[in-house]
Formats: sequence, C-alpha cells, structure tokens
Amino acid sequence: MSTIASSAGATQASVRAALTGKHRDTAGTVFQVALLASLLFSLAVLLVLVVDVLSKATPVFAERGVAFLTSPLSSNPAKAGVVQGIVGTAVLALIVAVVAIPIGLATAIYLEEYAGDTRFTRFVQVNIRNLAGVPSVVYGLLGLSVFVALANSLDGAGNGRNILAGGATLAVLVLPIVVITSIEALRAVPNSIREAGYGVGASQWEVIRKLILPSAMPGILTGVVLALSRALGETAPLVLAGAVLGSFSGLSLESLFSGSYTALPMIVYDWSRKPQEAFREDAAAAIVVLLAITLFANGIAILLRNRSEKAW
Amino acid sequence: MAQALPASSVISLHGSAARRRRERLVRTVMLSAAAATIVISAFIIETVLSQTLSFLGQINLGQLVGIGWFPRRGIFDIATILIGTIIVTVIAMIIATPVGLASAIYLSEYASPRVRRIVKPILEVLAGIPSVVVGFFALTVLTPALIKPLFNDANAFNLAAAGIGVGILSVPLVASVAEDAMRAVPRSLREASYGLGARKITTSLQVVFPAAVSGIVAALILATSRAIGETMVVAVAAGAPQARTLNPLDPGGTMTSAMVLLASGSDQVTGNSAAFQSLFFVGLLLFAITLALNVLGDAFVRRARQRY
Amino acid sequence: MMAALSGDPLTTAEPLSPANPKPAKPEPIIELENLSFHYGKFRAVKDVTVSFVPNQITALIGPSGCGKSTLLRTINRMNDLIPGTKVEGRVSYHGQDLYAKDVDPVEVRRRIGMVFQKANPFPKSIYENIAFGPKVTGFKGDMDELVETSLRRAALWDDVKDKLGQSGLALSGGQQQRLCIARAIATNPDVILMDEPCSALDPRSTLQIEELMQELRKNYTILIVTHNMQQAGRASDNTVFLNMAEDRAGYVVEQGPTIGLFTNPKNQLTEDYVSGRFG
Ligand SMILES: Nc1ncnc2c1ncn2[C@@H]1O[C@H](COP(=O)(O)OP(=O)(O)OP(=O)(O)O)[C@@H](O)[C@H]1O
Ligand SMILES: [Mg+2]
Repeated sequence: MSTIASSAGATQASVRAALTGKHRDTAGTVFQVALLASLLFSLAVLLVLVVDVLSKATPVFAERGVAFLTSPLSSNPAKAGVVQGIVGTAVLALIVAVVAIPIGLATAIYLEEYAGDTRFTRFVQVNIRNLAGVPSVVYGLLGLSVFVALANSLDGAGNGRNILAGGATLAVLVLPIVVITSIEALRAVPNSIREAGYGVGASQWEVIRKLILPSAMPGILTGVVLALSRALGETAPLVLAGAVLGSFSGLSLESLFSGSYTALPMIVYDWSRKPQEAFREDAAAAIVVLLAITLFANGIAILLRNRSEKAW
Repeated sequence: MAQALPASSVISLHGSAARRRRERLVRTVMLSAAAATIVISAFIIETVLSQTLSFLGQINLGQLVGIGWFPRRGIFDIATILIGTIIVTVIAMIIATPVGLASAIYLSEYASPRVRRIVKPILEVLAGIPSVVVGFFALTVLTPALIKPLFNDANAFNLAAAGIGVGILSVPLVASVAEDAMRAVPRSLREASYGLGARKITTSLQVVFPAAVSGIVAALILATSRAIGETMVVAVAAGAPQARTLNPLDPGGTMTSAMVLLASGSDQVTGNSAAFQSLFFVGLLLFAITLALNVLGDAFVRRARQRY
Repeated sequence: MMAALSGDPLTTAEPLSPANPKPAKPEPIIELENLSFHYGKFRAVKDVTVSFVPNQITALIGPSGCGKSTLLRTINRMNDLIPGTKVEGRVSYHGQDLYAKDVDPVEVRRRIGMVFQKANPFPKSIYENIAFGPKVTGFKGDMDELVETSLRRAALWDDVKDKLGQSGLALSGGQQQRLCIARAIATNPDVILMDEPCSALDPRSTLQIEELMQELRKNYTILIVTHNMQQAGRASDNTVFLNMAEDRAGYVVEQGPTIGLFTNPKNQLTEDYVSGRFG
C-alpha cells in the first residue's frame, strides 16, 4: 500500500512538474538567447557605427560649426567643407524625383490598372524584378555610355559629365523600387472602390486619379522615400557617371550643369581614402550630414504619409 | 433636381469625344512608361555587350591571365578580382547567414508584435545606411578594433573587414526574406507540432524551418547576389586589387570595386583605351552572375509562395 | 429547350402588382434578347430574353452561381472591366444597342447606376461620396442641394445632416448601403441595378431599404438580385427566376409578375425554388 501511495505521489509530483514546466529546457533557453543575441548584433553594429561617426565628427563641428556646411571642397582638411555636396545631393534628389516618380508610377499604373495578363506585361514585370537586382555599379556603366554621351551631344561645351547625366543614372537605378512598391500599393486598393467608381459613371482615368491614387498614396509615398534615400546614398554609379572625385572650385548652378558636380557620398568616399587623419574626421562629419539629410527626407515622408492616411 | 430622362428624348450614348481622346492619351502615356523600362534593360545589355566585344577585340586573350589586376598596364587577370569577390562574399555570408536567419526565426516565431514593431525598423534603418558609410566603418572601426588585434599582420586595407561590412549590410535582406517565408508557414503546421508536445525550439527548427526552406534558400541566394554587387564597402575598406592573392588580410578588390577604382583614378580612364573598356567587360561578368542568381532566387521565392 | 421557357418577355404579361394596378403596356426600358455571356471559355449565362418596364421593381432570383450578378452586370457594362469576357445577343436601352461599337460604357453607367452587394463607400467624406458622381459627369448646378436631395431620397439625410464631412466608412452597415444608394441616385440615372443590396444587413435595415425602393420606383426603374424569397415577394413587381443548366450556364426558367410567379408558378422548378425546396 505504502509503496503504491508513494509511487502515486511521485507520479503526481512529476506530472505536476512536467505540466508547470519546472524542469529546465536548457536547449530552448540557450536557443532563444542566441536568437536574441543575433538581433542585438544588428542593433549593436548600428549603435557603434553611429557613436563612432558622431565622436569623430564632433571636433569638426565643434571647431568649425556651420562653416563646415558652407565652405567648398579643399585640399586642406581644416578648410574643406561640404556645401557642394549638399547642393549636389539636393539637386540629384530633385532630378531623381522628377524623373523616377512619374515614370515609375505610370509603369505601375499601366501594369496594375490598364494591362491585362498579357505576355508583354509579364515580360515587363520580370524585367523590372531583374532590374531591381542589377548591381548599382552596372547602372553607372549605363550612365557613362548613355546619359553622359547624351548630355555631351546636347551640350557640346562640357564633356557631358554633368549633374543631369548623374541624376538620370540614379533615377533609372531607383526606378524598379518605385515601380515595385507602387504596384503593391495599387494592388492593396480594394476592387470594390474601382467598381463603385465605374458604377457612378467615372471613366477609367477618373477612377484612377480620384479614387485609386488617393487610396494608394501612403504606400506610394513610402516607396518614393525608399527610392530617394537609396539614391541619396549611392556612390558607385556617380563615380562612373562622372561626378567629380576630389576638390574643385565653383558652385554656380551653371557649373553644376556644365560639368563639375559632386554629392555627399562622393565626398565621404574621397575623404575616407585620403591619407591625412584629419580628412577622416571630415569624412565622419560629412557622414553625419548625409545621414541627417536621409533622416530628414524620411521624416518628411512619414509626415506626408500620415497626412494622406488621415485624409481617408 | 432634374428628373430621370424622359424615354422619348433621343439618348446619346456616344460619350464625349474629348473624354475618349483623353482616356486614350493617358493609356498611351502609361504604356510608354512601361515600355521605357524595357528600353533601359536593352540599353544596359547593348552597351555592356558592345563595349565588351570591342574590349576583347582590342587585347589578346593572354592579357586576361597574369600576375594581378593592373588594367592601366594592360594586365587584366580576371581571376584576381573573381577571387577577391569570392573572398568578400564568403565572409559576408558567414556573417549574414547565421545572424540573418536567427533574426528571422526570432521575429517570426518568438517576438511579440510589440518587439517586432520596434525591431523591424531597426533592420530597415540598417538596410538603409549608405554603403560608403559602412565602408568608412569597416576601414576606421572594424580593421583597427577587430581585425588588427586578431591578426596583427593584417593590412590597414584588407578584404576581411570589407567582407564583414558587406555581411552587416546583407543581414536585413536575409532576415526579411527568410522571415516572410517562415511567416507564410501555416499556423496549423505549428499547432500540429505543439499538439504532439513539441517545444518551441523543436517546432521552430524541425517544423517551421524545413517548411520554409525554399524561402530561406531564396534569402541566401538573393543576399549572395547583393553581396557580389556591393561596391563601396570594398572600394573604401579593401584598398585596390593588385597581385593575385588568397589572403583576406591583404588589400584587394572585387569586380565591383575594381570598376569604381578604375573610373576614379586620378587619370580617369576614358575613351577607347582597353583599360576603359575593361570596365564593361567586368560589368558584363557581374551582370551575368547577379542576373543568374536573382533569377534562381526568384524561382525559389515563387516556389515558397506556391507551397501554401 | 430551355430557350422556349425564356421566350416570353415580361411585357407581354400585364403588371399585376398591387402598387401598380392600372393595366398598361409601357415601352420596355431595357431589353435583353438571346443574351449569352462568357467568362473566357465558360458560358455563365445563355440565351436570356427578358425586358424590364420603367418604374417597376424586378427581382432576379435563382440558386447561387446561376449568373444573376453576371446578368445584372452586363446591363451597365460592368463586365467590360473583366478581361476575357464576351457578350452575345443584344442588350438594349430605350431601343439602343448598349454593345454597339460607338457606345461609351462610361456613358451607359451614368444612366444605369449600380448598388453592390457589399456597401462600398469611397474612402472620402459623406458629402464627397455623393458629389463624386455628379462631379465626374459634369454637373454644373448647386452641389449642396443635390447632395441633400440625394440623401433625402435615400432616407439618410436625417441621420447624417450634421456630419457630412465625416468619412462614409464611419457609418453603420445599413447607413453605408443607403449612402451607396444615394450616391447612385445622385448621378440621375433612370435605372438602378442592385446586387443583393441587403445581404449584409440586419432585418431592420433591410426593411428600410425595401421601403426606400418603393419610394424610388416612382422615379427609377429598379432591378434587384436577391436570395431572400420574402424580399422578392414583398418588394418586387416582377420576378425573373434563373437556374443553372447541366453545363452550369444560367438560363431563365420563368418570369412574370411576382404574385403570379410566387402563387401559381408554371414550372415545377420555380415552385420548388420559391418554396425553398432547393437553392
Ligand atoms: N470574374 C469571373 N471570372 C470567371 N468566372 C466567373 C466570374 N464571375 C463569376 N463567374 C462564374 O460565373 C457563374 C455565375 O456567377 P455569378 O456571380 O453571376 O452568380 P450569382 O448568380 O450572382 O451567384 P450568387 O448568388 O452566389 O451571387 C459562376 O459559375 C461563377 O463561378
Ligand atoms: Mg451574385
């Protein structure tokens, strides 16, 4: 009797232990900690990167303040500033926006709203997916041999290596991003809205312009921001398409379009290769400016997105 | 308010010609934009192919093998930059595979919605850091603080730091594609596993992971392609390709960085010189390799989608 | 063989509905003649011949999948939006072929409005929901007045007059459906197609919509698809009963004044269906 009772008691205890999960699942715990550590790795890298850049940049901003932002490039690290890079990056972003947004959005609208499932549209879609995976440096080749040549033939005075050619190169580079995200945004608009629009006698373009685009706008804007921030940070295609690496003088709009232009990432690239330690600090400061502009652009976009979401 | 049209009046259903014209015009404009994306691809292929042909016509093929990559001296040892590319990509994937997949498992299987909301943007920010900035980080932090202490014979410019930098940039891509694949695994499969008394670790590793394997393979292939195409990290942190080397602690270059360095030398190669045209030759190789990987990766993505 | 059953246009029977007692032989406003409809290779509707009389409510009933929605949507050329579809036969409106080459479907939809199964207000304000149609159709008059009249006719004005600026999506299901009806009225169509407008509504909202339809029939011709036999019986003047043939194509089994069709069906299938024995 007593043995049975005690063994029953033991069973009970072990069942309870099992059900309450008291016994250790060491492997599970270790596993979960490892997973979390991997996630934290990304966070840590991001943190170290930002802290390092900021600490290297601090002396530059402390000593020179706004002058760093307003002075032109120079071979003297104590004098060099990024104004040409800021202007160049801003103009490039503008060109990218003006070229890539309309073409990308129009392509997405054609594929989602107009075209049926034809062989042509499937070809276009596959093509866009593949374009999205082409390394950016290859777009530089396109810029070099098509846009620079085109700019050269339009304006015989320079050598065609102007900011229009660079901007066009970046626009083509981010075009697939605009198309793919816009397609997703359009696809997310429920069909019932289209039917309702047609049902009251709106034409296709009226349905698209007045009903579908407003509904898809948050998603489209997100894509546009993604595309712009990608374009802001690109360096390799600009190197090939002829942005100036190294210092040059002049900052008139005229010079931008007739030849010499640069962009913030180009400056970062140039300065981080320079042997003088002082240029490393300048590079860090330029990175701070670049990241700040990217964040700023993202902030504006999030604001726009929330706005357009609230307006139904 | 006007009443319904009297049945007797003649009703025109033709609509306005102006509106029909406008509709047609808009459609044509949209169609042209779609067609433009094809023209872009055509231009890329045409440019790269024609210049490559003219490059190959200009050199004798023996110049493609040599002691290293010295395009300005007419030595185009393609093996040098291929090896550099492989070294960087392998190191990158050694970092990105475990970190990216572990992050994906955590996000898909363990994280609460709140944690996901916080962590996903962090990965997105990481993905959005310009690669030239990561290059700077590799050169000024990874090499002096990590590579040098471990291997004191490492060069200040080395492929290892560049590889790690590329790996860091690839983590978000691996994580997001793999996470999508794992989240697409139906709940019922997990519940079946829990129903058999399996633990979370078992369910994650032996049920969800295998079920999502197509998507995970896709993630790794796409990340490899991205790593091969990554340029500025290597151009900043690894110096330049020189003599052929297998040592990751040496300076060196990949196909991409070789192109950028060639175009950014102080003597900016131009015109019809072989050095200039070698850009396109390398570009063609790069284009072909990444295209093949992307097509393969896409096929796996599609397979993963079809499963469920 | 089924075509024989459908060869009897509604107009040949005198409308006997209590709401419209005086015998008359009005011109049909919409006529379908030997209409067949294909989704790609699949024929969803075959050989339908029916006509619809102005200022009456016609119910389309039949088992699920028999092509009621398809039929309804051919009438305002909504099906044009689905690629790979084909229409055979003739759909005419005031005697004009709606599928003639020079007919603009947009123009058709402005005259033949539609209310959908699931209320689908635009993601815009209540006011904008109503004003959208008139704006695109070039309405030049007093928009505020038009919005008010439309909402009043849809029996929604009192519910929303203080919140015209609010989102149409913030209304209840029944209110949303009435908003969609008001939206359809606002473009001043003379025919309104309704595809199961009450299927997502509670009994009270359903009754409200039915009352509304009785009001609207004074000015409009209404075609309504419904699965609810009571609704068809209560609210319609005429009924068309469709069924599915072996090949799943829909055809007309019987049509005529609702009272006759419900109380004294000529066809066994009709009797079985209206009494709930199949479907
Ligand atoms: N867009 C479409 N493409 C292909 N086939 C379709 C499409 N829409 C409907 N069908 C098919 O046409 C037939 C008729 O469909 P329809 O929606 O007209 O039926 P219904 O009578 O309205 O049914 P319910 O009462 O369920 O709404 C069905 O077999 C359906 O599967
Ligand atoms: Mg239906």
